[in-house]
Amino acid sequence: MDLHLTGARPTPEEKDAVDLELGQPESSWQGAQRHGGADSRTSFEGNQKAISQRHLLLPLLHAIQNRIGWISEGALNYASLRLDVPPAEAFGVASFYGMFALAPRPPAVAHVCDDIACMARGSEPLCEELAEKLGPEGAPCAGGRATWLRSNCLGLCERAPAVLMIRAGIKAQQRVLAPATPDRVESLVNDAANDCMPAAPDVLNPQLSVPQEGSRKLALLRRVGKSNTTQIDGYQRLGGYEALRKAMELGAERVLAEITASRLLGRGGAAFPAAKKWEALYVQRERLKKDPTRKHYLICNADESEPGTFKDRVIMEGDPFAVLEGMTIAALVTGAEKGYIYLRGEYPLAAERLAHAIEAARWEGFLGEDILGNGMRFDIELRRGAGAYICGEETALFNSIEGQRGEPRNKPPFPTQAGLFRQPTVVNNVETLINVPLIVSQGGAAYASIGTENSTGPRLFCVSGHVERPGVYEVPMGTTLRQLIDFAGGTAGTGRLRAVLLGGAAGTFVSPGEIDVPLTFEGTRAIGATLGSGVVMLLDDSTDMKEILLRIAAFFRHETCGQCVPCRVGVVRQQEALQRLVEGRPAKSKADELAMLREMAQAMRDASICGLGQTASSALESALARWDLFA
Amino acid sequence: MKETTPATTPATPAQETSPLPLIPVPRGPVPQAPAEPERRMIEIKIDGHAVSVPEGSTILEAARNLGVDTPTLCFLESLTPVNVCRVCVVELEGSRTLVPACSRKVEPNMSIQTDSERVRLSRKLVLEFLASSVDVSTAPAFAGYMQRYGARPERFGDSAATVRQPVKIDNDLYVRDYAKCILCYKCVEACGVDAQNTFAIAVSGRGFSASIATEFQVPLPDSACVYCGNCIGVCPTGALMFKSEYDMRQAGAWDEPQQQQTTTICPYCGVGCNLIVHQQEGKIVKVTSPLDHPVTHGNLSIKGRFGWQFVQVEPAPK
Repeated sequence: MDLHLTGARPTPEEKDAVDLELGQPESSWQGAQRHGGADSRTSFEGNQKAISQRHLLLPLLHAIQNRIGWISEGALNYASLRLDVPPAEAFGVASFYGMFALAPRPPAVAHVCDDIACMARGSEPLCEELAEKLGPEGAPCAGGRATWLRSNCLGLCERAPAVLMIRAGIKAQQRVLAPATPDRVESLVNDAANDCMPAAPDVLNPQLSVPQEGSRKLALLRRVGKSNTTQIDGYQRLGGYEALRKAMELGAERVLAEITASRLLGRGGAAFPAAKKWEALYVQRERLKKDPTRKHYLICNADESEPGTFKDRVIMEGDPFAVLEGMTIAALVTGAEKGYIYLRGEYPLAAERLAHAIEAARWEGFLGEDILGNGMRFDIELRRGAGAYICGEETALFNSIEGQRGEPRNKPPFPTQAGLFRQPTVVNNVETLINVPLIVSQGGAAYASIGTENSTGPRLFCVSGHVERPGVYEVPMGTTLRQLIDFAGGTAGTGRLRAVLLGGAAGTFVSPGEIDVPLTFEGTRAIGATLGSGVVMLLDDSTDMKEILLRIAAFFRHETCGQCVPCRVGVVRQQEALQRLVEGRPAKSKADELAMLREMAQAMRDASICGLGQTASSALESALARWDLFA
Repeated sequence: MKETTPATTPATPAQETSPLPLIPVPRGPVPQAPAEPERRMIEIKIDGHAVSVPEGSTILEAARNLGVDTPTLCFLESLTPVNVCRVCVVELEGSRTLVPACSRKVEPNMSIQTDSERVRLSRKLVLEFLASSVDVSTAPAFAGYMQRYGARPERFGDSAATVRQPVKIDNDLYVRDYAKCILCYKCVEACGVDAQNTFAIAVSGRGFSASIATEFQVPLPDSACVYCGNCIGVCPTGALMFKSEYDMRQAGAWDEPQQQQTTTICPYCGVGCNLIVHQQEGKIVKVTSPLDHPVTHGNLSIKGRFGWQFVQVEPAPK
């Protein structure tokens, strides 16, 4: 296939941004001078080389967006040329992600979260005041050098309301502002417009984000906030990498046995037994030796985008090496030699700390060709998402890494059969992976004694909304919701609880009468709820539940990938029906609208390709089952 | 001795008469392509009836074997199934969700319901979702399906969001009316690896505003399009349409029942693609290609699909 490009050419700055990411083009296939190669014959191999580079498309689009602030036709043409990707497909990928602008936009953009957790903490008055101070959303301000936009959940819920400033330029910067006030946002916008933002993207304040910090009972969070844990020496002083050493002594088979004995269930939301995934790759390891084209991949799913979820962010910022150690042990069992961390694009501090940790681990021999002199080969690449909730779905995540649109694949085949690059792949959530060193250290049986029969181990909960001390809490599974709320200082706001949202936008509401539910997979299931990704969002009785439901419906409308019909149109019809109900003008009758909503929910649950569509009505249905909101 | 010479050296006289060296004809049986390995038969149950189909078949194929009519929109025999429209979903025992019949391969002892209440509800909603957001007036399959499943798209009200947008007429051969697009991905597949390998179009955007587009929505003549028209051949809704058909429809002159179809062979090259010439009132109005043709699978080139005007050029007056 020959590429056909329009006449639009990149500016020197755009070309530079691409070349900095990929290196100078070597052949005329990739946009170099016709006789540019060393022996002027490089164009013969240039194309072959380029064909395998499709997976660099997303990093390349990031590079252009970060440098210029938007992606022009000329820049996209050049990126297409360099990677030998048809420009129509490159456009399809670029236009899929929320963080990429395909029309001119000021270089500094303040993303103001107006999602449910921030709503409960004043994001609406903040947006109103910003509109007054800076002008309407999306309009240029600060001399045309900046603008502000509303955003879905930024994962900073314990410090709501939150703002993320992203400024493009030669040295692109991201800066978190949370909690945000109109004045501080205004001054940040002006700083960004004038290129004088503070260098550090954010500071992790353990007292604020981990209220239990210092408690001796902590296992998963025990290092977060301790001095130097983000440096490899500090990590090792606090027991880091002891589990990896032990795992290497035990060998893959016994480590797998320990994980199986621990009955660890995935912490990302789907609660799938971690050992089952690992075992599926473990039993295929023999084929790796026979077939050199075969590879196993390990992916750490850090695309934490479920509204109200921020536990993974706090771990990655506060204890990044624990994630790497968990991955390395997983690689030992699964035979993966390449691992990816797919991090959501809105986490600048986590990106910085993980990148540093990967470098340091390589330097010290904890990653690379011969880990700890054991002959084991494993390395990790950090990949950043670009504002697409759906990419947290594992098969969408594969497509995203491969440089395709982040659309989920139909299953089967399952990831352990054909995942990333169609090779056997294990995907584990960040929290799941940091449980691994714990299990290896103390043994699967001891780990399984924590929690309940079917929900073992400690669990992280992201407590936010109208609560006295929001933050990440670590409690043994089986702790009741009431105990957790008490831990967090009880209901704030009016002090009278109206509802708790468990599991985020794809989760369920529970009423104050249900808060004695034990926080276990089976306990929540018994009351028709879910633990999901560990979201515990409190809403006081001043909350307008209808507004919250509308915001959730808007979230799904914004985040559906659009691939399958039930989800693509269903989330729109759902939002429209809800809007009519809220405005008190149902199409026929209230009962009719509610029946229609139930029918839509059923079809979306039954016929959607992936979990997004299947759960897009879950919160709404749980609310309708508990309260008569449209009386 | 003289008489036997030709028999012992048969090649000599030929060499003398022909300037080309003879290619020796191998003796023995004519070589055959290796027979396909026999496919294991898989027993499954569809609506309670046992059916045995070769391993690797899809549920859709199995259902068709049994004579069960399964609606499809994004499925086409000649393309890789993308299972996005979800109108073919069936209920599989033991599965939490419904499964797409078009792409799900049969496994031993599957038990499938093709017309259960859950199946009918999902199919009805899929049709309602599409018909309420897309102009399906030129989609042949829709009316029948909607009647069969009792779909009432009007119940979402007049203010239901649609994908309405102006029709794109930027070349002389075909028009693109994305207000009629159900995003079945077929044209993208036909333009890409499933047929043409041109990659002029792709799905762009996200969610409800996703659409089929060239890069930055540039007009087709500026894109990589080679006007093979294979995308029109696979479009199930008339979103992609021959300019000739579009113009006649606009003028109210399109009269499908009066049209005749004649199968012939493309006159341009030696491949021998079959053409179906559609004619109305003695004039060619469009040319298509049969999907089940073993060589073309419904695909044609720009010449075969669009190069027929010479047939009906009036001779210049003398």
